[in-house]
Amino acid sequence: MAAASPTVFLLMVNGQVESAQFPEYDDLYCKYCFVYGQDWAPTAGLEEGISQITSKSQDVRQALVWNFPIDVTFKSTNPYGWPQIVLSVYGPDVFGNDVVRGYGAVHVPFSPGRHKRTIPMFVPESTSKLQKFTSWFTGRRPEYTDPKVVAQGEGREVTRVRSQGFVTLLFNVVTKDMRKLGYDTGPADTQSVSGPSPPQSIPQ
Amino acid sequence: MLFVPSRQTVPTYKKLPENVQPRFLEDEGLYIGERLEMAHSHQNIMENRLLTQEPGRRWFGDDGRILAMPNPIKPFPSRPPVLTQEQSIKAELETLYKKAVKYVHSSQHMIGSGDPPGNFQLDIDISGLIFTHHPCFSREHVLAAKLAQLYDQYLARHQRNKAKFLTDKLQALRNAVHTGLNQEKPHQSLDAIKKTIKEYKSEIRQTRKLRDAEQEKDRTLLKTIIKVWKEMKSLREFQRFTNTPLKLVLRKEKVDQKADEDAYEAEIQAEISELLEEHAEEYEWMMEEYRMSYQQWKARKKAQRAKKKKRKPTAEERSDEETEEPCPEEELVKPTPPEPADRAVIEQQVRERAAHSRRRPGEPTLVPELSLAGSLTPNDQCPRVEVLRREDVKRRSVYLKVLFNNKEVSRTVSRQLGADFRVHFGQIFNLQIFNWPESLTLQVYETVGHGSPTLLAEVFLPIPETTIVTGRAPVEEVEFSSNQHVTLDHEGVGSGVPFTFEADGSNQLILMTSGKVSHSVAWAIGENGIPLIPPLSQQNIGFRSALKRADAISSIGTSGLTDMKKLAKWAAESKLDPNDPNNAPLMQLISVATSGESYVPDFFRLEQLQQEFNFVSDEELNRSKRFRLLHLRNQEVPEFRNYKQIPVYDREIMEKVFQDYEKRLQDRNVIETKEHIDTHRAIVAKYLQQVRESVINRFLVAKHHFLLADLVVEEEVPNISSEGSGILGLSLFKLAEQKRPLRPRRKGRKKVTAQNLSDGDIKLLVNIIRAYDIPVRKPTASKFQQPSRSSRTFSEKHAAPLSTNSPTHSADYPLGQVLVRPFVEVSFQRTICHTTTAEGPNPSWNEELELPFRAPNGDYSTASLQSVKDDVFINIFDEVLYDVLEDDRERGSGIHTRIERHWLGCVKIPFSTIYFQARIDGTFKIDIPPVLLGYSKERNMILERGFDSVRSLSEGSYITLFITIEPQLVPGQSVREKMNDMLKKFDSQEDEKLLQATEKFQAECALKFPNRQCLTTVIDISGKTVFITRYLKPLNPPQELLDVYPNNPQATAELVARYVSLIPFLPDSVSFAGICDLWSTSDQFLDLLAGDEEEHAVLLCNYFLSLGKKVWLVMGNAIPEGSTAYVLTWEQTHYLIWNPCSGHFYGQFDTFCPLKSVGCLIGPDNIWLNIQQYDSPLRINFDVTKPKLWKPFFSRSLPYPGLSSVQPEELIYQHTDKAAAAELQDRIEKILKEKIMDWRPRHLTRWNRYCTSTLRHFLPLLERSQGEDVEDDHRAELLKQLGDYRFSGFPLHMPYSEVKPLIDAVYSTGVHNIDVPNVEFALAVYIHPYPKNVLSVWIYVASLIRNR
Repeated sequence: MAAASPTVFLLMVNGQVESAQFPEYDDLYCKYCFVYGQDWAPTAGLEEGISQITSKSQDVRQALVWNFPIDVTFKSTNPYGWPQIVLSVYGPDVFGNDVVRGYGAVHVPFSPGRHKRTIPMFVPESTSKLQKFTSWFTGRRPEYTDPKVVAQGEGREVTRVRSQGFVTLLFNVVTKDMRKLGYDTGPADTQSVSGPSPPQSIPQ
Repeated sequence: MLFVPSRQTVPTYKKLPENVQPRFLEDEGLYIGERLEMAHSHQNIMENRLLTQEPGRRWFGDDGRILAMPNPIKPFPSRPPVLTQEQSIKAELETLYKKAVKYVHSSQHMIGSGDPPGNFQLDIDISGLIFTHHPCFSREHVLAAKLAQLYDQYLARHQRNKAKFLTDKLQALRNAVHTGLNQEKPHQSLDAIKKTIKEYKSEIRQTRKLRDAEQEKDRTLLKTIIKVWKEMKSLREFQRFTNTPLKLVLRKEKVDQKADEDAYEAEIQAEISELLEEHAEEYEWMMEEYRMSYQQWKARKKAQRAKKKKRKPTAEERSDEETEEPCPEEELVKPTPPEPADRAVIEQQVRERAAHSRRRPGEPTLVPELSLAGSLTPNDQCPRVEVLRREDVKRRSVYLKVLFNNKEVSRTVSRQLGADFRVHFGQIFNLQIFNWPESLTLQVYETVGHGSPTLLAEVFLPIPETTIVTGRAPVEEVEFSSNQHVTLDHEGVGSGVPFTFEADGSNQLILMTSGKVSHSVAWAIGENGIPLIPPLSQQNIGFRSALKRADAISSIGTSGLTDMKKLAKWAAESKLDPNDPNNAPLMQLISVATSGESYVPDFFRLEQLQQEFNFVSDEELNRSKRFRLLHLRNQEVPEFRNYKQIPVYDREIMEKVFQDYEKRLQDRNVIETKEHIDTHRAIVAKYLQQVRESVINRFLVAKHHFLLADLVVEEEVPNISSEGSGILGLSLFKLAEQKRPLRPRRKGRKKVTAQNLSDGDIKLLVNIIRAYDIPVRKPTASKFQQPSRSSRTFSEKHAAPLSTNSPTHSADYPLGQVLVRPFVEVSFQRTICHTTTAEGPNPSWNEELELPFRAPNGDYSTASLQSVKDDVFINIFDEVLYDVLEDDRERGSGIHTRIERHWLGCVKIPFSTIYFQARIDGTFKIDIPPVLLGYSKERNMILERGFDSVRSLSEGSYITLFITIEPQLVPGQSVREKMNDMLKKFDSQEDEKLLQATEKFQAECALKFPNRQCLTTVIDISGKTVFITRYLKPLNPPQELLDVYPNNPQATAELVARYVSLIPFLPDSVSFAGICDLWSTSDQFLDLLAGDEEEHAVLLCNYFLSLGKKVWLVMGNAIPEGSTAYVLTWEQTHYLIWNPCSGHFYGQFDTFCPLKSVGCLIGPDNIWLNIQQYDSPLRINFDVTKPKLWKPFFSRSLPYPGLSSVQPEELIYQHTDKAAAAELQDRIEKILKEKIMDWRPRHLTRWNRYCTSTLRHFLPLLERSQGEDVEDDHRAELLKQLGDYRFSGFPLHMPYSEVKPLIDAVYSTGVHNIDVPNVEFALAVYIHPYPKNVLSVWIYVASLIRNR
């Protein structure tokens, strides 16, 4: 019966936080969590995670590789509030204090398949030069009250941020029952015959 | 060991093979790139290294230098070109409006979604291609093409033969005129005949002109053909070779000379006569006109002459006359009939024209015939350029691509271009289509040799009508032309390049590549003869009709709607078909607009394209339950705010989801009495609800307003002057601090924001430390009782056996022994924890209890936490052991005791207080019922009075507690403050200067004493900022209260305080969750019958003012409320501190006074800020006249402006309806009895009616005496009446607001927990009505166990 008329659709995301480019920093770790709307509920997997500390690769790329797996499944009734992954990267500063090195967020890709996303990361700025100095000195840099803030638009107008680096994510997305519920998110070029947009006329 | 290459320059010979001179390629004229700039030393090092490591010299070039790539750096920066011209930028940035295409699944783009694919077929037959011009054309070809074109034209004309048709028509018309003139038709009026003849004649004239033009064209065409042919012939002769097989033959057709001449002459004569007639008509008409003008002239002349007589003739006038001279002369000439002369002239004209445009009579008709019979000159006889051209032509091939809906579907084979520039394909493409054909295009590609194909031109083919099916479609030719420019180095003339036939280069021609594709497109016919045509209904009719209304708007822009002229212009320009029914409304609008003076629509369409985006109608959308649910949730309607997983389908949404919401909407104005019992309170509750809603709506926007602090956690600016934790030096010092110091200091816990919490994360920690002066059991009661009643009283019964067993239960234990075994039970959110049992009236537990906290609906947001209404009940019980052993003989073998717990008192702390305070630490007065049967404090007091005289001053029992929340939550304080900030921006009726002064005052206060509360302005219930002293004004207490003790001001004051405390307490933070603190005036407060500390304090203060006391409002911190308002009075010799919510008063030096710090004092005309070192009331001086201790707000520099009060002139008190109170009393009693029975589901609950009535009589006494000094009498009476019962019970006293708190209070006493089989209960309720519906509720609840 459930197969006949689904009442929810499922979104399965797995993948990994592959690597990062933070030209000036080393020994970073990252946290991720998902932000999603009220109509969404995680059904399996981990909603948040914290990675190991990685050091820069010794080659020219200077990549910080985590290869930290993500695996979560959501169910939902409404695409509104589509999950976003929120990343926050931390690492030691000159004095060895753990400080935040970047926040970033991106929507989980809509269409099924393998997707690579590179998100720019940023940190909030101090409100004054003096505070910038003291925060550098004390190792208590400005942080978001909640990393999930970066996934929302509300209230962001009061903040000033500076860009930091990039994090590359890999997603493998599988959806279930979305088309049955009337949401077509498949890529346009892989439409099958049953899709609403058929192939072009066939010359003979 | 280490090889260090030398920096010396390496001599060139070392780098080259032996005996080879360096060779400089650049000098030899060869290009070598510019080498990269390098430091010489580097180069030398490298060279040395290479020479040493690799003996081979392959690293060095011929010039003896290291091989190097040319400098890769570009000489100019490769930035994207900066657009300098503004226009071009605009062009780049110009946004284009693209129509939204309505996507309706499978009905427009796809044809017959249900049908199997490939049902429709379009056959495209491409037979060939002819170039009318091609770059490889030689001059001869150009002429040949021209000739061919002319010949085609000739053939077409000949086929139509318009001249002949017109001649015939002319003849017919003439006949008609002739017969019309001659015949006699009596039934037709002469006028009608004349009219028709006139029409005929004009038509004849028209036709004749047309015929002449046609004939002339025919003749010129023929002449041109001949001319071109001659040119061609001369060209062939000139170049001495022939390129084209064209050959023109003029065939002469002989005509009958005589007949021809006759016809010719007759024609001319007819024409002449007609012309004459015309001329005559014209003449007459002119004559008429002439006469008219002549008359006018005459009249003018006369006038002139009259003038002339007056004046001298001047040159001007002479010239005037000269100009007018022709008129009279004309008049003279005209009347003479010029007919004969005219005839000759006309005849000559006619003949001339005929000679020019017509074949001369007898002249043979020339019929040109173009044939391809001519022979081409073979290649070997041609000059070199021509041979090159011919070879070039051979190398070229052409193919066509077929594009369907802009997608390539097939292409023809590539065919070589023939010498005659014709390509024959003869291919038929069958397109099986899914999509409705929108466009069909052929692309002509040309390939030269093995080069890549170039697109010559695109040919757009029309989509065939549905009636055209294969076999019936005619072969059509579509012309194309390309704009490419080609110049060739041989005989070919090129394309888009000027060339000429003349030797002197004049008369230049520019020809573009052009040609014709012959094709036919048709719908195929299926096997069973059915044409494979998509059904007509599916053509994009829906498409167009949906968009057609927007069409006009989009093409002329929105402004065009108001500008009707523009619209009309657009309609004219776009050649709207006025007969198209689709355009009818538009045409009508235009006609109305253009005919009427000015039609300006009285509406303005803001989103004129909205309709296009509506996928369902509004009604349908509103009917959707899902949409409604989403909408309500988005609006943050409380019922739906946290609604999760809104179902996908409407059918899954239950109707009942909306029921509560709809009910609330309905009930907004209907008063619900069921829940509140008493109507007045119901009205008040409703009113409160409405105020709350309006306030919430007001701050909905403010709630979404964020401050930086809400988003970003940032260390505060280090402030050297303040003693906060942010001192730079201190934090510097912290760096050097040890990680694990030997003597650790207490550090503040890290605060947790509420967002990422879930159930079970938050715990409430309650530390029960100790208690003082717990009432002890009263052993005397039984002894006093004993003689009067049976010998088997409960105390005596247990006294004997238990004395051996447990000393605690002996009634006559010696002094100093344990008199009570108290334990503490903490209940919160129906979770109950209790401590172990301690002993004695001053027990010490020192225990930590952990209670889980669950937020409502699992919502841990700040706003939600702030609105938690739950209370923490801390109940103190006495654990009493009873021996239930029936038989004394078993005493030795088993212990059978029953544990009973007797409620002694409770402390109630609201969760919101804990939440805002973060921790509660202090000693609280235990709320002990006024009558506690079987317990007393007197003896204890006597015991301790000897050594503790200070404590004896205070009455009652105390408990020391420490309560906190783990982890520490960030209270919504910032939100509240922010809201207050927001509110300040709302309108205020205060003077601007005053507001500025308040801000300054508060800022100073915050700087110097950040922990002291200083209030200058508050927000009233309508959201306006009001200066605080406006709230204080003498207001009359109810007269009833004043009449009770007319001669005792202290007793009156206490009674008034009691009256105030009877008004229920409702914190603002609960009613206006997380929004703000609102102050209501005293009359509003009395109307609402609910308020928090401020309202109580203000009312009490106002009453005291009217009683003539010296009184201030104290803003400070107290336990457990936190920041609160108290009342301070000056009583001749000492200060008294009043708690307005409980009605209790304390001396200034009372250690158990809950007020712990004083921030400021507020009087009716000033505010004093506490600037003393200490803020504890014990240590400060309340003399506000000393400016060193109290900083006044209004001083000499800013005198008190005499602010009017916001309070009413007088409070009017209505008497409470006694009958209603009695009814309420009965109802509450009934409800409570039912509840107690509900709480004892496994036991029978019996009610002792006799006891109940006794209690009922006793309660009014208690109210009268305010619970004092009645205990002994009461006990005596009870014992007298219920001697054979073991009785435990107590009266509870509360202000009345709702039933639920009463139920909770009864529940928390645990009276119902007795499970002795023969227990009986008694419950009595008494409500004492005070004016203005203030009700004092007494509940006496007791359990009785019959002694046997």
